[in-house]
Amino acid sequence: MAHPVELQGAAKRYGALTALEASSLSLVAGEVLALVGHNGAGKTTLMKLILGLIRPSAGTVRVFGADPAGREGGAIRKRIGFLPESVGFAGAMTGAEVLRFFLALRGEPAVSAGPLLERVGLAHAAGRRVSTYSKGMRQRLGLAQALIGRPAVLLLDEPTTGLDPTLRQTFYDIVADLRGEGCAVLLSSHALAELEHRADRVAILERGRLVAHGRLAELRRAAGLPVRIRVTLPNAAAPIAGLRGLGAEPVGAGMMELRVTNGAKIEMLGRLAGLRPMIEDIEVLPPSLDEVYARLRNGGGEVEP
Amino acid sequence: MRILRVLAGRELRDGLRNRWVLAVTLLLAALALALAFVGSAPVGQVGATPLEVVVVSLASLSILLLPLIALLLSFDAIVGESERGTLLLLLAGPVLRWQVVLGKFLGQIAILVVATVLGYGTAAVAVAARSGTPDAEAAGAFATLIGSSVLLGAAFVALGLLVSVLVRERQTAAGAALGLWLVFAVIYDLALLGLLVADAGRHMTPGLLEALLLVNPADTFRLLNLTGFAGVQALSGMAGLAGEVSPSIPVMVSVLLAWTALPLIGATLVFARREP
Repeated sequence: MAHPVELQGAAKRYGALTALEASSLSLVAGEVLALVGHNGAGKTTLMKLILGLIRPSAGTVRVFGADPAGREGGAIRKRIGFLPESVGFAGAMTGAEVLRFFLALRGEPAVSAGPLLERVGLAHAAGRRVSTYSKGMRQRLGLAQALIGRPAVLLLDEPTTGLDPTLRQTFYDIVADLRGEGCAVLLSSHALAELEHRADRVAILERGRLVAHGRLAELRRAAGLPVRIRVTLPNAAAPIAGLRGLGAEPVGAGMMELRVTNGAKIEMLGRLAGLRPMIEDIEVLPPSLDEVYARLRNGGGEVEP
Repeated sequence: MRILRVLAGRELRDGLRNRWVLAVTLLLAALALALAFVGSAPVGQVGATPLEVVVVSLASLSILLLPLIALLLSFDAIVGESERGTLLLLLAGPVLRWQVVLGKFLGQIAILVVATVLGYGTAAVAVAARSGTPDAEAAGAFATLIGSSVLLGAAFVALGLLVSVLVRERQTAAGAALGLWLVFAVIYDLALLGLLVADAGRHMTPGLLEALLLVNPADTFRLLNLTGFAGVQALSGMAGLAGEVSPSIPVMVSVLLAWTALPLIGATLVFARREP
């Protein structure tokens, strides 16, 4: 079955500036794809291409099998929920009025406004003017707007930037619900670390180039970063010669650390087991996602799923 | 259709909310009433009914006022949303670009219709209450005034929308809108008058004059209201001109419609190519 969103070699250039180099990506129903990259990496450009707000300079963009920038655009966008990075609303309207406008635009009954506001935790402020809303409340309203009509594709552009941890959790809970309902979710972020257990696949964009794309575990492997093995010695004893021989370095009192490639990890653990009487504890520390991200951004590894 | 209705309804509601509709209606009503009462004194012997006097005064006023109101309503429509950051979300919805332009256009026309009918209608009612029911010709002239006022407003709303999609900043749009108003409502007539005086009838044929007047929607509006009815013609001093320049009413209405349609189509085409 064709995926709801398919980009094939889609590129976008503005004069001499390349916002997005030829990229091929799909959004899969029931999956969360995280788009990670710095500001200006091309994340928003990619979303605008999917929405049909801009046309690709090369390659094709297909949403539900059609061109979103073409005549079908209106019908296609009706099935896409979108939360822009800095969401703006007409300040003179109340939250409920804003939502009723977007509901009417999408041909949904106005009574859906209540449950939607409830869902994003904004029911108490429904009758207040949007100009009095905090950043978090505007973001909630933006999310409510994006959820109208149970979208088959949901695009969230930096949805959690500047939000407090509680609200962030609410956001990811709602995203998880939608994913469970079979929605294809694309969310962008500039922190890879936040996406652990929340994204099925990750695509890393660096200055308009798709430098890595795959499942988190695959990206970890592709980064080829060493695994750190931390050994705790009993009684804060002095560093042991046997461990030094394996290449361990002392890190603080009573602790030594080894760096091995992922492939050599098991063997090293076996050798460490042989030193057991002298060792109190062993910790295996995989490279952090921030490290993986930094490595991949700098062209560490090409992964194709 | 639903989308046009929603977008137009939003414009009208915004207009009601921010008191635009109220302000314009009150302004037009106040001016119309003032003209109806003050302006009816010096009618004398020219054989015009009180309502026709009001038509002449209001038509002259409308030429200046309605284009300005229409441009002020429309110049902000797209560029303002773009600056406030609300345009992206609107376009990301199930709308097509032409629907956004046309929806806003229809909403702003609705504002003009409400304001013109209520504002000018007040004057008609006041005159009728004082001087008795007007005859059919005067009533026709008044209906023409309201209809053509809306058409004139429509042309300038369309021009304002074209400005709004062409420029990137609100300030630029405001400047351009004001410039358009100056050109069409003030400078064009002055220039034409200067040309007529300087030419002293050597090259200027009635046909050429007619064409030059039809080029400007504001002048077309003037011709339509001041030469279309005998009583009004006599009163407005346009009788002499009407003898030489007399495009038919359908021609004049078509000109105003073209002045509406062309900028609107232009705005749609420009907006469709725009990448937000």
